[in-house]
Parts: sequence; structure tokens; C-alpha cells
Amino acid sequence: MRTPLTRAASGAAALLGALVLAAPATGAADLLIRNARVHTVGERGTLERADVLVRNGRIAAVGSGLAAAGATVVEANGRPLTPGLFGGMTALGVEEISLEPSTVDNAPPHGGATATAAAEPRPEFDVALAFNPDSVAIGANRVEGLTYAMIAPGAVSGATVLAGQGAVARLDGRVDAFAAPSRTLFANLGAGVSRAAQFMLLEQAAREAKPGAAMRDGDFRLLTVTGREVLARYLNGGRIAFAVDRGVDIRQVLAFAQQKGARAVVIGGAQAWQVAGPLAQARVPVVLDPLVGLPDSFDRIGATLENAARLHKAGVRIAFTNLNDGTHNARKVRQAAGVAVAHGLPWDAALAALTTNPAEIFGLGNEFGRIAPGYVADLVLWSGDPFEVTTVAEQVWIDGRAQPMRSRQTELRDRYRPGAR
Amino acid sequence: MNRLSLLLAALAIGATGARAADDPFPSTYQPAASQPTLIRNATVLDGTGRRLDGADVLMRDGKIAAVGAALAADDATVIDAQGRWVTPGLIDVHSHLGVYARPAVNAHQDGNEATDPVTAGVWAEHGVWPQDPGFATARGGGVTTLQILPGSANLIGGRGVTLRNVPSTTMQDMKFPGAPHGLKMACGENPKRVYGGKGRAPSTRMGNVAGYRQAFADAQDYRAQWDRYQLELAAYEAQQADGKARRSRSEPAGKPPVLPKRDLRLETLVAAMDGEIQVHIHCYRADEMAVMLDLAREFGFKVAAFHHGVEAYKIADRLAAEGVCGALWADWWGFKMEAYDAIWENLAFVDAPAKGCAIVHSDSEEGIQRLNQEAAKGMARGQRAGLDIPPERAIRWITANAARSLGIDGLVGTLELGKLADVVIWNRDPFSVYALADRVYIDGALAYDRAAPAAQPESDFLLGQQAGGAL
Repeated sequence: MRTPLTRAASGAAALLGALVLAAPATGAADLLIRNARVHTVGERGTLERADVLVRNGRIAAVGSGLAAAGATVVEANGRPLTPGLFGGMTALGVEEISLEPSTVDNAPPHGGATATAAAEPRPEFDVALAFNPDSVAIGANRVEGLTYAMIAPGAVSGATVLAGQGAVARLDGRVDAFAAPSRTLFANLGAGVSRAAQFMLLEQAAREAKPGAAMRDGDFRLLTVTGREVLARYLNGGRIAFAVDRGVDIRQVLAFAQQKGARAVVIGGAQAWQVAGPLAQARVPVVLDPLVGLPDSFDRIGATLENAARLHKAGVRIAFTNLNDGTHNARKVRQAAGVAVAHGLPWDAALAALTTNPAEIFGLGNEFGRIAPGYVADLVLWSGDPFEVTTVAEQVWIDGRAQPMRSRQTELRDRYRPGAR
Repeated sequence: MNRLSLLLAALAIGATGARAADDPFPSTYQPAASQPTLIRNATVLDGTGRRLDGADVLMRDGKIAAVGAALAADDATVIDAQGRWVTPGLIDVHSHLGVYARPAVNAHQDGNEATDPVTAGVWAEHGVWPQDPGFATARGGGVTTLQILPGSANLIGGRGVTLRNVPSTTMQDMKFPGAPHGLKMACGENPKRVYGGKGRAPSTRMGNVAGYRQAFADAQDYRAQWDRYQLELAAYEAQQADGKARRSRSEPAGKPPVLPKRDLRLETLVAAMDGEIQVHIHCYRADEMAVMLDLAREFGFKVAAFHHGVEAYKIADRLAAEGVCGALWADWWGFKMEAYDAIWENLAFVDAPAKGCAIVHSDSEEGIQRLNQEAAKGMARGQRAGLDIPPERAIRWITANAARSLGIDGLVGTLELGKLADVVIWNRDPFSVYALADRVYIDGALAYDRAAPAAQPESDFLLGQQAGGAL
């Protein structure tokens, strides 16, 4: 199995979703991790004192008593080994410092948070074109066990309903970082401008993207020609992620996606538990922040720390994100997972929400999110329970390559360590 | 009582008397009725740095009555805390609950009087909405006392207020009796961005410092006016008394001195210089903290704590030597340039020197619900860096050290005898992501019980709403 990747730097190719084949991870010696508590997040569940063999960047075998001549051997001493964690909805690589506009690339130009600006949806905006794999924010999150994340266009509140496209990037510093099947169009709904106006604009955009015979030139007022082409792709079975909190708005999203032929993902979904049944029935997943438990807005009156547990119980596929600072502190998702467990979510379901669920949701489930033969060898060896706030990632591997466990933050730490100066 | 208040009280200005002059918005807090309560067999982190295994805690008359082994109290309600942990009630020194209340609608933006860079005359307590649902969720996280501060738009943003985290209809019913006010100041990017963006000073860090200095220089002048007035008044009164005594006709009748006009801005700054208000400074960068320490020396005030202090670790020794606390996050960073140099070990490195004073603060309605977890992150990273930080030490970051910076360490922050009985019973080691507060006591009264929805009073705001339900 090979990973199809888009070449992020090639604008036209990326826009067309053209696929290039991944370079196989050659050159790395085989890796054998021995005596780990292996959380496969698959059918085999959790294996105590198990070995994982990695060959050419892929999981080659999982079992006991594995051997491989010439392999780099890592003794886990019973510590937990998980798949690399998914970092959620982030601006990693497209936002170095949030308040410095010269370092922020995650939103299209807009005229400010006005109703006028709301009438300029730009689905063709592709945040991947600006991805900087050298951002220190990537390193600071990689050493915490995040190996991939959705690089999402920013929600400029009220400025645009269709925020543009994003995709899942690998976080090991490679330039061709994006996994093509993960490409997703982002829509922002909720407070800012009239919710009815937002659905009106979505409907109009959809009409322009898939015009009926009755439409004349003057009916195309909203989208550029490119925008129409891009949106049409997503309406023909593509994936559209809707940032939306209210239960009633989620119902509208489900109806819209079903009618237009798109696969919906709910982002946020503070009140998603209120519509857990319809979500499960429509097989629409929810990417949520387990730490959202307050009525931050009138869209979140029903926010509860039990959201994750209730959705899971109802059969909704869930994944986690940090909605507060999903870029610099994307790493907080594992703490959030632990909080979800403290509020009723089964532990295994919480791990799935950071591994196989987001991989499945974003079209990468055949290659990412599990420790099983054939899967990409993105792995993390932990000092303890990966959700614990006192646990750290001991070693991170991406494509079977041991990542340096250093970041700008560890450099600063070592410079200023008491007694170091 | 500050010197102005003394003067005003002495002059009996107004009909309300000395107390109102001391605090025109006096606390009406009353501890809830409590019964003697004996917590048995817990792992106790008492906030003084001690850990007691299998220990008992007795609360009586709202105070800590005893901590030790095999305590007995016939009249007490007994709680079996086998396997559970007990800590002092948590204290957050940096909260905007009530002044930036949930839901975060326009009408609830009461935390920044961003109309002038020096608004030392505004008080956070006048913006506190007691129905902010965040108070209840913070209480469920074990927070029993919190300081509500104005925001950081201004160089000098106004007075902070320390509250008891009890359900209340009025702010005064929450106001911590005897707690001094805080003064909120802000370094760096925020003031210069807010005012520079309006085309007025400050627009640079130079302008920031000039702004603080002029404000305190004005306060020095104001203080001198009142000192002079006091001297003249004393002289006048002496003269009158003398004249009366001698009944002399030869000396001209003197005139009483003119009462200076009160200036609420400068009154606050004088109180800060007189040590009656705790000075809390939002300051990220180490170099700016050093400038602020010089500023404090120039005008003779003491800095209680630098808040946010993302680079506090770079000057940990100096902060410790000067007795200044660092009120810090565990892991926030990168959202602005002055927050770029964050490290996980900031809390631990600030804590490390002798007399180091690290505090975990939240500045967040989410973070305040899990101060214990934030402390745990800092503790664990410090341990990984080779520092000896057991839980009984790290608990001080969210209890005793926080109380010290608020000037209330004689009342709360530890489980020492006679302290107010603010106590949390945790279902397990509080430095775990899975830890939850089972019971929270304030002044010995049960303020939150995880097992009893009736003991989780919610805000009026959430009544009749399609709310999320159980936490």
C-alpha cells in the first residue's frame, strides 16, 4: 500500500487534487520495539509485552518474540506504545504567531467581520499552499506525540461561510506533507451573521457550483469560476467540515449535505449530543473539544463535558481537537481525551478519537491510526498512560524514523535549566 | 486602612462613617451554616509542603480545627476518605469570571475600560456578574477563592477584587472579608497595540513605561497634597485649640485648609505605593519584568506577582530574591510574539530557587476548572528536568503561594489550625487527568458535592434553558 500525497507547493496540481506517489521510506533500518504495552486500536485491542516490527516505514508485524537481524531494537519495558496521535483542527505550519499577521496564512483576504464580507465565500482558498514544515509550532507538538494534523483554513468569524480547503499534514518536517484523501472543504456556521443568511449563501453557492438549466449568467453572483469548480467537486461526494455548535443548525447541515451529495463532518458540535441519533443515523462524525463545557455563547447553551461520552454511546464517530488554541497547544488534545474519560467516555474510545477515528473521518483509515501490519509506522512510546498530564512522549516515530525529541522549547529549557548558567 | 481613608474617616465626611470610607462597597459575605465535619483516612497535602498519609482533617465552626492521625469528634459528620486525597481549597489569582462572563455576548464585555491607558480608578468588582456560570464550574474544580482582575488593555487597568466562590446574587456577598484589593497593570504588547491602534500613546514599549511613570509621579504629587493638607489641618486645629485655651484676642483667627479634591485614579496608585493594594502585573518577557522591578523601586511599591510571565524562568533567581511570585500557565504559548519563548518547565524553574514563588493561574474559564491538572503538568516537566517537586510541594502553586500573592495567606491557602476551612476532597491523586473534586467546602460548609446535583447550584442564567446537564 502506498500513500498518495498531494504536492502542496504546486498550486494548480493541488487545486486539481492531483496525486503523486509517496517516496517509499527507504534507507531507514528496520525497527523492533520490544516489550511494549501495544494499543493497536484495532481488532487485537491492547497487547501486553508485545513487539512491533517496522520495515520500510510500515508496520511489518505485531506479536511476541519477534526478531529481525540488523534492526534497531528499542526496549519498551512495558511502557505504552500507541499510534501517532492526530492533532485535530490546526493552523500548524500556516500560523507561527497568532497575533502577527505577517506570520498568519490560514485565512483568505476578507473585508472584516461584516455582512458584506460574508457574501464572498472562497471555497478555492487552499491553505496547504502556504504550509511551512519548519514552523517551530510543529516541532513543539511533534515531541508531544502528534504525528499528523488537519491543517484547516481559519474561521474568520462572520467573514465567510465557505472558508476554503485544508488537508491532513504529516508533522515530520517534510515538504510534501499532505495526504490527498484527506482534502476537506471547511464551512463556518453560527454566530456572526444571520444563520439563515449563512444557509442562504450555502444554497446559492451550491446552485452556482452545480447549475441547473434554468440558470443564466446573471445568476452567478457569489463564486468565482474556480470556486464553482472546487465546490462542485466537494458536492459530488467530497468531504465538507461544518464548524457548528447548535443542535438545530446541525440538523440543517445534515439536510444540506444529504441533499447536495456531500459527506459532512461536524467540527465543534458543542450541542451535538442533542442530535446524536440523527448524527449516528447519517453516519456523520463529530470532531469536538472535550474541554468545552460552558455556555460560551447562545450556540453553546447545552455544552457539557459529557458530550464525547454521550455521542460515543449513541454510536457517533468522534475525534478530538483543541478549539482554544489548536495550533500552538494542539498537544493539549491528549489531556482533553483524559478529561473526556473522567466524564464517562471509555478509555479505548478516547484513544480511538485521537487515532483511528480521525484517520477514518479524513479518508486515511486504511493507513493511519492503528498498529497493524501494513499501516504507516507512526508510533509513540509513552512514559505512562498517554492521557495523563504527568506523562510525556519518550520517543516519536514517523514512517518508522525516530524523530529527534527536541524542539525550540527544549533548547530554551536546557539553556536556562537551574544550574546551567 | 490607607492614609486617605483615615483622613476621610477622621473628618467624618459623609454620613456613612469610617467603614464605608474604608471600602464603599463593603463585603456582605456570610459563611454558610456548617456542621463539624471530620474527614478520615485521606492522603492530605496541607499546603505547607507536608504530605500526611492516612490522615484526618477536622473542620469546626468554619475553621480548620485539627489535622492528624486518628482524630475523634463525637458531634462531627464523618466522611470516610479512604483512597481519596484532601487539599486546601484552590485559589486562582487571575480570573475574569464575571467581568467577561459566559455567554460571551457583547453585553458581557466588562473587563477592559479601554478608553484610557490609565484607568486606576475603575474596579473589577463593579463589572462582576455573579451569575456567570463559570463560577459554578470553577467551584466544581475545587476553586474556593479567586481574584477577578480587569483585563490587560491598559497600562494600569484598575483594581482587582478577591472573591469567595459561593453562589450569590450580589458581588458584595462574594467579596472576601479582609482581602486587600489588587492593582492590575500590563506590560508589553497589549496596551501599545490597543492605544497605538487608536493613534495615541502608548504605541511603543517606551510609551508604556513613560505612561506608568507619569501616573505614579502624579500619585506622588497627590499624596504630597494630602500630606500637606494633613499637616495644615493639624496646625489649624492646634491653633484653634490653643486660641480657645488662651482666649487671646490678639491673634488673628486662622482659616481651615481647603480639602483637596479626591481623584479616584490617584487614590488607587497612592494605596499601591503605601502597600495597601497588592500589585499584579501582566508581563511576559523577562527584560520587561526587570524594567518593572526598577519602576517599582523608583516609586516605592512592591510587585506581588508577574502574571503570565512566560519568560519568568529566565530571571527566576531575581524574582525569588525580590520576593516576587510568578503567576504562570503550564503550557500556553505562541499566540503572540511576547509569548514565543514559553517552556513547560517555567513553573518548576520559578519554584526552584530558595524563596521561589510559583503560582498556577488560569486567565481562563476553562483552565480554572482544572488548576490541579495545570499544576501537574508543570510538576511533571520539572521532575523530568531533574528537580525534586513532590505533590506536596506543587500543591502550593495553587494554594499557599496564590494566597500569599493576594495578601490573604493568614486566612487561607493551607490546612493549618485556625485557617478558614476551605477544603477539597478529591476522588484520587489530584495531579491526575482523571481526578475530580468529590466535595468542596468553603468556610467549613459544603459548597459542592459531585454525588448530589442539589449541591451543585447553577447560575440563574441556566434555569429553564436546554442546558447540558450533569458535569
